[in-house]
Amino acid sequence: MKRSTLKLAAASLAAAGALGAALPAAAAEQFIPLLAYRTGSFAPLGIPWADGKMDYLKLVNERDGGINGVQIVYEECETAYATDRGVECYERLKTRGGGASGFDTQSTGITFAVTDKAMQDKISVETMGYGLSQSVDGSVFEWNFPLLGTYWTAADVMIQDIAKQEGGMDKLKGKKIALIYHDSPYGKEPIPLLQKRAGKNGFELLLYPVTAPGVEQKSTWLQVRQSRPDYVLLWSAGIMTPTAIREAQATGYPRDKIYAIWWAGSEGDVKDLGAVAKGYKAITIHNSAAHGKVYDDLKKHVYDKGQGTGKSGDSVGTIAHTRGMMISMLQVEAIRAAQEKYGKGKTMTPEQVRWGFENLNLTQERLDQLGFGEIMRPVKTSCANHMGDDWARIVQWDGAKFQVVSDWYQSDKSLLDPMVREAAAKYAKDKNLTPRKCEG
Amino acid sequence: MFYRENGQFKTSYRADQQIFPVRQDRVFMLALLAAAFVLVPWLATDYFLRAILIPFLILSLAAVGLNILVGYCGQISLGTGAFMAVGAYAAWNFGVRLPGMPLVLQILLGGACATVVGVVFGIPSLRIRGLYLAVATLAAQFFVDWAFLRVAYFTNYSPSGSVSVPPLTAFGLPIQTSAQKYLFVLALVTVFSLLAKNLVRAAIGRQWMAIRDMDVAAAVIGIRPMYAKLTAFAVSSFIVGVAGALWGYIHLGSWEPLAFDLGRSFQLLFMVIIGGLGSILGSFFGAAFIVLVPVALANIPGWFGLPLSVDTAAHIEHMVFGALIVFFLIAEPHGLARLWSIAKEKLRIWPFPH
Repeated sequence: MKRSTLKLAAASLAAAGALGAALPAAAAEQFIPLLAYRTGSFAPLGIPWADGKMDYLKLVNERDGGINGVQIVYEECETAYATDRGVECYERLKTRGGGASGFDTQSTGITFAVTDKAMQDKISVETMGYGLSQSVDGSVFEWNFPLLGTYWTAADVMIQDIAKQEGGMDKLKGKKIALIYHDSPYGKEPIPLLQKRAGKNGFELLLYPVTAPGVEQKSTWLQVRQSRPDYVLLWSAGIMTPTAIREAQATGYPRDKIYAIWWAGSEGDVKDLGAVAKGYKAITIHNSAAHGKVYDDLKKHVYDKGQGTGKSGDSVGTIAHTRGMMISMLQVEAIRAAQEKYGKGKTMTPEQVRWGFENLNLTQERLDQLGFGEIMRPVKTSCANHMGDDWARIVQWDGAKFQVVSDWYQSDKSLLDPMVREAAAKYAKDKNLTPRKCEG
Repeated sequence: MFYRENGQFKTSYRADQQIFPVRQDRVFMLALLAAAFVLVPWLATDYFLRAILIPFLILSLAAVGLNILVGYCGQISLGTGAFMAVGAYAAWNFGVRLPGMPLVLQILLGGACATVVGVVFGIPSLRIRGLYLAVATLAAQFFVDWAFLRVAYFTNYSPSGSVSVPPLTAFGLPIQTSAQKYLFVLALVTVFSLLAKNLVRAAIGRQWMAIRDMDVAAAVIGIRPMYAKLTAFAVSSFIVGVAGALWGYIHLGSWEPLAFDLGRSFQLLFMVIIGGLGSILGSFFGAAFIVLVPVALANIPGWFGLPLSVDTAAHIEHMVFGALIVFFLIAEPHGLARLWSIAKEKLRIWPFPH
């Protein structure tokens, strides 16, 4: 007599699933799934990010009437940053509307879990500024797109900026640099690159993991007080970030020696701290601290009509929101690129969108048209290079807002490329994959 | 009217001691299993199999394992997530370090490693009881979390600390599509549930229950508490370890210690309490409740076309879910399994209750 409730539930859920699947898939609609975490310990980061993603899609529908007339339909799914819920969302949304255009999972852990599934399901995974660093290698990671930068490029740029502060790469010798990181795949990603850098440039790398969710960091900062590192790299997100800054203040560690990853560098992380966080530095992906014409459009077409995703609209213009818009913009442009090849005004299949991701070519002129001219530099992807071009700048909190304090940086390809190739080859070997041949 | 055992005479002890002494129960169960093995993989959608049935089955198995410890032997454990993690990581390590090892063997060895860890952390149960034991098993949770996060050997020096499994095959057949995965999980869950059911009906199960009901009295009538308690920990962590290996291998495919954190331990404990302590069937009910209700709640606004934002929906889901737990515990403190047996009793005399 075991599973009769299961049977009942199965029947009712199956019926419900059938209903969901039977949503009208009209001729010219393109489905984009939106994974988000608006609850949980990462919510302070997740909310503006998710708002940005959805706002841009609304903007494209309102301003341009979709992508060459193809309306964008989207559905949000709450993951709470939990891998199993993320997998459930992925499974729920992957076949909607003739196939999902691409998943921005917003989480390194979910990206790991979804990567294997996406290869089989033939759906792109777009991980702008996060995800698997080795998935830059498109010959192995056919379906992953860590556009615009990875944690390895970010860590490399931070070291470059530190070297610049010190007056040259040779000055790094003998320095102590600490990495304070969220103890999860997210926080551990930059370690191989930093170890490589430490070996090459002769600085000492100290690793301080912080257990999730990161509200308890007393012991970590005690270690910082003892070892007195010259610089601290902060790989945190959500509520871990303000906690870290408060602890830095309590320890008396200068905030201007802290470099935070982009996910820890938005207004939401420091706004409430105000002057306490003064001097706090963060890296931005491309120039996401800037504002562009796209904001005027967003205000005119979406927020003035009361359609904005953020209820109060105060997340608009924050760095996290801008990044959300960039992610959606890249997704939309990938669909547009696919339409150029496979037929304008048609719904693109996931395979066709993948081609679009792989053949993105956003020139400065095109970015200006889109209103992202200030925010991004031109990007071009290819079969072998799924990242495109990584650029980054450093911003600093002046107590009221973030100021851009550095010029453009790009990661050192001579260092990164061999690492990417090696890690990708190892992945291919572990998974029994045969890498594709990429021309050129 | 239909559910009545009139005329079913038992002529042997064997017949009287079957798992399902009533013929209708047996027929129903066999039909259910046949449907689960034949009809479901054929009819159910990919989403339904992957996102609902597979997690439900795996967590049911883990709940069965935990129920042996908590429900049958009365030893409260908050280390279930840890034992799942041991199962998953051990299975993965066997797979990585000894290439070519069959999948089923990897999973069973994962369970075996979980058994060892479970017994080690079960030793305090010989001296401490109740809530104090719960706190002691909490140590297992924190220790295992720490070990898999910080000891790079266990993750084969994976830079991110996340491990992922290669394409799976069992007995020469690929386990790639959702239907194949579902059948593989279903087969293992069926076997282990049957095993667990028979264990709790056997002498060892009676020993566990005697210890649960009053350990001093049990010792007086000749039951060795050490043997009974440690076997309960061993059997329980073996099944939980197998469930953990399945969770990692089949459901997630790639995981980090966060997948087996304290939240998972609590979740399983709730399953066992809501489903029914000391009932194998209850473990399935509890797992169904905990897995299906949040998914259903998350989808309900969509079915009615309500424009709820996901965060509001998530918060409502938490509230409704909490309220449902409270409701069920007030309505029937012995869990859903007890409701089920009441329903059976009522059905027996239906439609003439007097």
